[in-house]
Amino acid sequence: MEQTKIVTKSKPTGFYENFDRKVGKDKKTTHYCPGCSHGIVQKLVAEAMVDLGIQDRTIFISPVGCSVFSYYYLDAGNIQAPHGRAPAVATGAARARPDSIVISYQGDGDLAAIGTSEILHAANRGENMTVIFVNNAIYGMTGGQMAPTTLVSQKTLTSPAGRLVENDGFPIRMAEIISSLGAPTYVERTACTDSKNIMRTRKAIRKGLQLQIDKKGFSFIEILSACPTNWKMTPKDSVQWIKENLEPYFKLGVLKDISDTREARSRSQPIFDPATVFGVLGLKKEEKQAVRTSKFAGERRLKIAGFGGQGALTAGALIAEAGMNEGLHTSWIPSYGPEMRGGTANCSVIISDKRVGTPIVTTSDVLIAMNGPSLDAFENDVVKNGLIIVNSSMISRKVARTDVRVVYVPLTEIASELGLKAMANSVAVGVFLQHEKILERKTVCDVLTTSLKKQSALELNFKAIDAGMTFKEGQKKGITQ
Amino acid sequence: MKHELIKGNEAVIKGALLAGCTNYFGYPITPASEIAEAAAYYFPKLNRCFIQAESEVAAINMVYGAAAAGSRCMTASSGPGLSLKQEGISYLAGAELPAVVVDVMRAGPGLGNVWPEQSDYNQIVKGGGHGSYKNFVLAPNSAQEMCDMTIQAFDIADKYRCTAVVLTDGCIGQMMEPVKFPDKVVVPQEKDWAIHGTAETRKNVITSIYMSTETLKDLNDRLQKKYAEMQTHEQRSEDFMVEGASLIVVAYGITSRIAENAIKELRAKGLKVGMIRLQTLFPFPKDRLQKAVPLIKAMLAAEMSAGQMVDDVKLAIEHKCPVEFFGTYGGSVPTVGQMSDAIEKAYQKHTS
Repeated sequence: MEQTKIVTKSKPTGFYENFDRKVGKDKKTTHYCPGCSHGIVQKLVAEAMVDLGIQDRTIFISPVGCSVFSYYYLDAGNIQAPHGRAPAVATGAARARPDSIVISYQGDGDLAAIGTSEILHAANRGENMTVIFVNNAIYGMTGGQMAPTTLVSQKTLTSPAGRLVENDGFPIRMAEIISSLGAPTYVERTACTDSKNIMRTRKAIRKGLQLQIDKKGFSFIEILSACPTNWKMTPKDSVQWIKENLEPYFKLGVLKDISDTREARSRSQPIFDPATVFGVLGLKKEEKQAVRTSKFAGERRLKIAGFGGQGALTAGALIAEAGMNEGLHTSWIPSYGPEMRGGTANCSVIISDKRVGTPIVTTSDVLIAMNGPSLDAFENDVVKNGLIIVNSSMISRKVARTDVRVVYVPLTEIASELGLKAMANSVAVGVFLQHEKILERKTVCDVLTTSLKKQSALELNFKAIDAGMTFKEGQKKGITQ
Repeated sequence: MKHELIKGNEAVIKGALLAGCTNYFGYPITPASEIAEAAAYYFPKLNRCFIQAESEVAAINMVYGAAAAGSRCMTASSGPGLSLKQEGISYLAGAELPAVVVDVMRAGPGLGNVWPEQSDYNQIVKGGGHGSYKNFVLAPNSAQEMCDMTIQAFDIADKYRCTAVVLTDGCIGQMMEPVKFPDKVVVPQEKDWAIHGTAETRKNVITSIYMSTETLKDLNDRLQKKYAEMQTHEQRSEDFMVEGASLIVVAYGITSRIAENAIKELRAKGLKVGMIRLQTLFPFPKDRLQKAVPLIKAMLAAEMSAGQMVDDVKLAIEHKCPVEFFGTYGGSVPTVGQMSDAIEKAYQKHTS
């Protein structure tokens, strides 16, 4: 009894002297009902916080439920969370302030019903936080409804005939579920009953907090608790009821403890140093004011299409980036939305001497058709006198239109002959450069030099571009050395 | 910085990192996933935190926690994800926390499809969650603005302690354009109201529960005052060929890009049409629209929805001139031809 007195004396360290945030005239006592375990558990937390020297560092997450007003009492930084979301809120706080001590405090409805997902995943990530789970097998704040931990046959306002397995399933054992995960460091279930068990609870809370101080990760302490008001019992009977009914189902003890082997993990300080940030982001200083080197006036709207792997999108990006580097306005957008037809991957590219309006090309000045379906899909969208570059390696038919310029080039064969079939797109870019004459070969090659992932194929790609540029119709193959 | 050809979605993340964002919490969804992917790639390299959350709900609540702890933090998603995040956004408003949310809109309702639409307008601009609150809403229409407005969103969120949403669409998110990134890296400032886990901030509390009717009224008064200040000081829009126009198109995002082509075509045909392109949706640029009313015959609200922004246009000008509507939905982006036809039809109706 002596120990019980220690923890239930009126004002522990770690609580505010006066509860000034509390609504109403009484600023001295908590709002918890007589015999409610929240009062005891919160005192244990408050005293531990002071004794471990972490009061300033503590960020206490209050949930929705009877402990929603924890910030009335606990003299620490307090964040009140939406219903069930305390572990997610705690995750955000813990990641933003890696040196803080985050206590996520929840009841059974909050943690084991509406917040099941949040607690499981915070545990599974092994967040450096301490979770206090007050399980009293009933919704307290809302007046006594069935909780996920309500026992079979236990009567509540929403299980008036007692919890029915066939309707409500079985009570959830959260500590067991959490302990089955790989990441959590320490999981224990205790009870807020007699002095012996309260001291065990005290020890478990301190252990969880110490592990967090040591940066050893996630602790979960489930505390079987009394709710005399909603159980409609006296405080004394409630304690007995926990022992006789809750404890047989929710077994007390340590369910997992890897604290001896779990290494401490620290998080490094975020980097804001400009040179490092620019380096990581790949941002390059502008050496001199960008100038327009291109003499091109007007706008070219390109549609480049083929099946996946032919590099239609990459060819488009290459042309757009070269245009940008010559000081022109450009845009690139991949097949996106209803313009995607005929099972082809395609992109719209616009090069212009003026600001680009819509980036989506519906009628094109240039069509590069890498395969048959692409020609079928977009032939009729080419403007009069527009250019169609046909990959004759893949497309056997001729263009039906007679009011457009057409170049038939065996793009795939040329690329294969050069040694890399995947370069058909570069050959196409070469054909485009030759026939439209709005971009310089050098700018295109410079883009490849800085952006080609497979740098060993750089020279080959240059050759592919040249092959496209020098291709003359009537040649069976495109290589002219 | 040199111009870089970059996707709008990726420009968001580079902008965020330059703006001093330290925490990204997200969940994959088309067409916003590149934002999370870029965050996953870049954040850890700068010792900043990226978490792929277990759900949209968890992601926004992680934002809530990180914002309460005083960091610059963000999340991004698309329509179905934003519907889920609304709970958290209401709490962010109630707790007056600064946060940045990017919404790359797709077509709805329900799972809809992944093609672009602008039908999240109501859920983002009007609130979306419970309570009388507003988000500050920025509406980029280029990759450059995806970067710039993300950076601005962090400043606005901190200034007003509100959620700033970058409301964009699948087209703007997916397209690549040249972007000039700023050559400045913001070092986030400590916020004296936040919970840092320090002696100085021990007294602080972040909550959205106010049990007395007086204190909850105070919170709401404070919020409404803030929104009124935004309305006074932060309206943003851009004029496009409005000189001498008899009909003004009102649009934002990708729709405004399509309207640019249509307006140029129609001007070439001699039609006096122009556009006011909205850059903020809340605060709604009503001063600019009202100023235009005496000079024009009608407006045309163009958007990719069945009609959401159009209501705000009508309210903004207090029905002082006719407002026609051109909307598309189902994920189909209007062609320039369809846009021209709609503008021309409205023009003929009100000028002949």
